[in-house]
Amino acid sequence: MATDISTAAPTSEVRKAGRRRLPPELSILAVMIGMMLLFEVLGWMFVGQSFIANPLRLRIMILQEAEIGIIAVGVTQVIIMGGIDLSSGSVVGMTAMIAASLAQVASYTHAVYPSLTGLNPIFPVAAGLVCGLIAGLINGSLIALTKIPPFIATLGMMVSARGVADWYTNGQPIGNLSDSFAAIGAGWWPVIIFLGVAFIFHIALRYTRYGKFTYAIGANPLAARVSGINVERHVILVYMIAGLLSGLSGIVHTARAISGQAGVGVGFELDAIAAAVIGGASLSGGVGRMTGTVIGAVILGILTSGFTFLNVDAHYQEIIKGGVIVAAVVADQYRQRRRKGA
Amino acid sequence: MATISPSTAEIVRQSGAVPGAEYLLEVSNVRKAFPGVLALDDVSFRLKRGHVHALMGENGAGKSTLMKIIAGIYTPDSGSFKLKGQEIKLTSPLDALQYGIAMIHQELNLMDFMTVAENIWIRREPLNSLGFVRHEEMRRRTKELFQRLDIPLDPETEVRDLSVANRQMVEIAKAVSYDSDILIMDEPTSALTDREVEHLFRIIRALKAQGTGIIYITHKMNELFEIADEVSVFRDGRFIGEHKAADVTRDEIIKLMVGREITQMFPKEVAPIGDVALSVRDLCLEGKFHGVSFDLRKGEILGVAGLVGSGRSNVAETLFGVTPATSGAILIDGKEIKINNPGVAMDAGMAFLTEDRKASGCFLLLDITANMQIALLRHGHATAGFVNERKIEALCQQQKNRLRVRTPDLEEPIINLSGGNQQKVLIARWLMTKPEILILDEPTRGIDVGAKAEIHKLITELAVQGVAVFMISSELPEVLGMSDRILVMHEGRMTGIVDRKDATQVRIMELASQ
Repeated sequence: MATDISTAAPTSEVRKAGRRRLPPELSILAVMIGMMLLFEVLGWMFVGQSFIANPLRLRIMILQEAEIGIIAVGVTQVIIMGGIDLSSGSVVGMTAMIAASLAQVASYTHAVYPSLTGLNPIFPVAAGLVCGLIAGLINGSLIALTKIPPFIATLGMMVSARGVADWYTNGQPIGNLSDSFAAIGAGWWPVIIFLGVAFIFHIALRYTRYGKFTYAIGANPLAARVSGINVERHVILVYMIAGLLSGLSGIVHTARAISGQAGVGVGFELDAIAAAVIGGASLSGGVGRMTGTVIGAVILGILTSGFTFLNVDAHYQEIIKGGVIVAAVVADQYRQRRRKGA
Repeated sequence: MATISPSTAEIVRQSGAVPGAEYLLEVSNVRKAFPGVLALDDVSFRLKRGHVHALMGENGAGKSTLMKIIAGIYTPDSGSFKLKGQEIKLTSPLDALQYGIAMIHQELNLMDFMTVAENIWIRREPLNSLGFVRHEEMRRRTKELFQRLDIPLDPETEVRDLSVANRQMVEIAKAVSYDSDILIMDEPTSALTDREVEHLFRIIRALKAQGTGIIYITHKMNELFEIADEVSVFRDGRFIGEHKAADVTRDEIIKLMVGREITQMFPKEVAPIGDVALSVRDLCLEGKFHGVSFDLRKGEILGVAGLVGSGRSNVAETLFGVTPATSGAILIDGKEIKINNPGVAMDAGMAFLTEDRKASGCFLLLDITANMQIALLRHGHATAGFVNERKIEALCQQQKNRLRVRTPDLEEPIINLSGGNQQKVLIARWLMTKPEILILDEPTRGIDVGAKAEIHKLITELAVQGVAVFMISSELPEVLGMSDRILVMHEGRMTGIVDRKDATQVRIMELASQ
């Protein structure tokens, strides 16, 4: 009531013309560019070469974040809806194993399923996606129907899915994958898949009923219910999409590594959450954008490759990365508070 | 502050030997701007010791902003601030408390999972020499405080188990416990029943007698005349005038507040009453209410009266499927419908404006368009999942103009609107679904006189168009003025339905407190 706009009614028409809201991603985009320039300068100072003008490095930088990015696309939607998904990394491990077991070459004699070798890559991909979808369905159903906090439900899935991954081959990696499957992770494909799903869900969030409902539930679940939204169904749907995308990320990772390993994806969920949060999503729900998340993922990538480029020890990298994530959120909070004028 | 007995204080005051400066608080030429809005423009305000100074004004007039400045929550852009004749500068709410300024907020600021005692003494817990909290002592102090204020609550109850009215009493006790010189009350009675309001007034009179200065924000005229000594009126961020409460009339104040005359508060038009639209038979929600039966006809406004906690809102929630009934029948246009969730109710042509704008109405973080369109999206307006943005935007614009929502544009986050304008957006949300049965729970709570009249007019218009209206309200004049019939509830039971021509305040109150 205090920051009441109605008192400004007489001037509102005048202000209307000059008042176009800037997209909130601009500031985070500026941070991204600033970071690149910083590494550029540091590069010339300490390593004697350019950070940006190196296509190979840029490619590696984008590739390593593509898998996180695919997960982050799902996680962003979960966060906008006021939830959280801690299970993504474990689901990556689980789908990696299941997809890999169906993608082995026909000539390999010690295959997991000797009768199911040399399959068309459609089968391992479909199995991986279904696996992610089921994990998401369980997450969503637990949250929507038993009303337990998303943190707990997905924490349970995080532990269990990792268990499934380990149990599947008793921890043995699955190798000898077919070339046609490996092609999915080759070249620019991971990046194309990442940007593709980001684009699809960017459109979905902004222009479809699905998106409007997601924001509404995150902003006020009770009001959403009173407005006739089937909140339970929508919550399940969003977690299923998040699971599906985790599965997709697991497939891409397996194809890129050309091997299925039960231990992959550890910590991916946190990187994905970090990407979303750096990109402006609010953990209390109702706020967030896919474009921001993409930029957030790229920022994480710049950090990793920038430090590697400067030969910073990996341990220091992690320490600094943690600080940057927190700083991003603090800066964002500060900005929002200033905007509210309080 | 040393506590002297009320009678002594009264004698001192009447003898004219008021200690210190005449004014406890003098604020002058205060200006405060928020991005895009000048909330306060050259405002001055004075508070006398031992007086109740009421602040009146429409929502958005700047009352709350001024109070937040006095309580140290906002810093003014310019202006001077004198406390007991001394120039001071507040930088935080804590600062204000230390200067002896306490505030009871409009929003309840209690911690649900802590006890009443813990809530009251938070940050001031009595500690032992090791720094541990002395719970016994805290309980004793709370008991003492409650005895002094005559509040019958157990200090050990957790706040989440209290009713809204009792929470408000705890807030009041907490503010009083600071023994401050200045106490700011921002609409303290909006959640209280008449009996509790009386109680609050007794507390206020006792504090007055002790010399406490009280700033009292309210929208209710009768309270003003009952409790206030002075009244200051604000409009559009400007100070309009200060009067002795005894010297002004209700109409004069309304005129000052809106700057125009309100010819009629409740413009009831006679609407043609049609067929039964909604028929309720023996509706029951276990533990909340039972035996509710009524017919609601097209064009009829059925007012619902009853004290807070009588089950009024539960009936509304059950009708709309938020909490499905445990037994009984709901018939719409003669057909029985099992309303298990709000979606079913909406498909049957119902709309429901909830009681609590913040908790179950607004999506505070989202913009006006998002808030308005959300109910409509259920009824199509999307092709293959894609929302027809342009068409919906046009509909929203149309509603905005029709309801005169005051905002620069539809992309404004709803949190930046005043209460009255937020309410208009929520009403627009439901009007866009073209409802045949409109359930309104406190449609004008906490909103200013101007917006109130506009909403009343709108409800009447809708009835004339044949909409059946079920309207819950705590304000008797509103119920009496607007309704064709009035359903009265008491402790989960329906105690009667009174026709407009037989309805008087006394009759309704009798039924509501049987």
